[in-house]
Amino acid sequence: MQTEIIISGFGGQGVLFAGQLLAYAAMDAGKDVTWIPSYGPEMRGGTASCTVIISDEEIGSPNVRNPKAVLVLNLPSLDKYEVLVAHGGVLIANASLINRAIERKDINSLMIPANEIAESLGNRRLLNMVMLGAMLEMLPVLSLEQIEQALDDHIPERHRKLLDLNISAIRHGAEFARKEGVEITEVVE
Amino acid sequence: MARELLKGNEAMAEAAIRAGLEAYFGYPITPQTELLEWMSKRMPELGRPFLQAESEVAAINMVYGAACTGKRVMSSSSSPGVSLMMEGLSYIAGTELPAVLINVMRGGPGLGNIAPSQGDYNQMVRGGGHGDYHAIVLAPASVQEAIDLVVLAFDLAEKYRSLTFVIADGNIGQMMEPAELPPMRPLKRTVPEWAVQGAIGRERRVLSSIYIEPEDEEVVNIRLLERWREIEANEVRFKEYFLEDAEIIVIGYGTAGRVAFSAVRTAREQGIPVGLLRPITVNPFPSGRIAELIPQARAFLVVEMSTGQMLEDVQRAVEGRVPVEFYGRLGGVVPYPDEILNEIIRVAEEPIELGVDPLDGWLKRLKAITN
Repeated sequence: MQTEIIISGFGGQGVLFAGQLLAYAAMDAGKDVTWIPSYGPEMRGGTASCTVIISDEEIGSPNVRNPKAVLVLNLPSLDKYEVLVAHGGVLIANASLINRAIERKDINSLMIPANEIAESLGNRRLLNMVMLGAMLEMLPVLSLEQIEQALDDHIPERHRKLLDLNISAIRHGAEFARKEGVEITEVVE
Repeated sequence: MARELLKGNEAMAEAAIRAGLEAYFGYPITPQTELLEWMSKRMPELGRPFLQAESEVAAINMVYGAACTGKRVMSSSSSPGVSLMMEGLSYIAGTELPAVLINVMRGGPGLGNIAPSQGDYNQMVRGGGHGDYHAIVLAPASVQEAIDLVVLAFDLAEKYRSLTFVIADGNIGQMMEPAELPPMRPLKRTVPEWAVQGAIGRERRVLSSIYIEPEDEEVVNIRLLERWREIEANEVRFKEYFLEDAEIIVIGYGTAGRVAFSAVRTAREQGIPVGLLRPITVNPFPSGRIAELIPQARAFLVVEMSTGQMLEDVQRAVEGRVPVEFYGRLGGVVPYPDEILNEIIRVAEEPIELGVDPLDGWLKRLKAITN
């Protein structure tokens, strides 16, 4: 079985890197993984998204219609992907930029003020890591330790000074989800 | 070498470099540009020429000139850029030179768009340029396969003094997957006996695609064809999934092939006796393998991101002995696995008549779901 995750938001919110981090951690865990960005002729401030597929066997289609999990960092992404999350899947929305509730009741969902949490840590650009941490709590496709190790191993050298902050952001995201009492969605191997 | 997370375009570039690429000439175009960008950084680091030409026409003619010296050379582009190169490619073929071209195909015709497509199949497989020639065409479906096939492309090009194309699409170019690069090969030391590198102390050699006397050109054409028939006999490659007891046989290459793989796997879980044949060389085409599968096949289902271009090759191999059905998405639209699964179920459950044009029914079904 495979787990498909879509991360979507504005360009600049770090959606592509969050997906790459997942892909690195999955690779280091010995899994098959495919990361693919949407690559339309986008302008600055336009939407950006990527799909990550993590599997124990050869991955077929790189594109999925109904992903197991979706992280939406802005409202247009929620409008697009809420209807597409697989039944019983996970939807995490950035409450800081989204002024409506998630309507679906057949999925495991969470609204998380990712910008505020990131700002409380001193850098609002950490919001992608906050979102990722929350997802790992709700859908433990990889452990926090695996993600943190991948971050340590693959973070671009120019950003290494931000390593601890990134790890802290992942943990704060996970902790927020835990305190909200979210369900844990089983990962089918 | 350890597995690394690599982007298709960059991985193909690095694979070419490690295969001993000695000069690169190109012109940027989406969704291929990261390939050229990687070359622009790495080739000068290694003291090898990288040149961004003023156009694709110039780039391919630089490849032509450099190939005459016996060096390992290549270019890369995407569909509209490849169209511009067609004249130069025909000259390279006519001069019997090895050269590699990577085409990261996109939606067309015309300027089209930058989304993944397989609409260039006929152009790449059937020639594209003028005159009687064939090119070897390799079609990767993953980042690892893209790496492996780029390396193979150089070896085949030189073994047969042939044009070798690697046809990827925007998906393969843009995706990241764990993959292993080959070790860095030392640059080739030997000079082929036909190469022109200055004739001091030896007899003059001439490389040209001009044969004014038709009888002389005919000899060249015969040589090209004989070489091609040798390639057909020795270089067919494909990958098979669940074919042992398959009664429905799906055929798709590249991205369409791996999307079909998802559908075939799901159909198998539902108990449908279906398998997948994924051509890796679309030229030479695995016609012989398809012919072997006819006795066990109730029907074939061809899947493409084009309008039934490869379908014609499958039909030719099947010779009308069992039905060949078709499913394609066009213009840069990539099918989802459920679309192909529905087609597999349809072919499994509905009687399919022999002798009916599969495009008729497919077009009707396609138009029901498109804008």
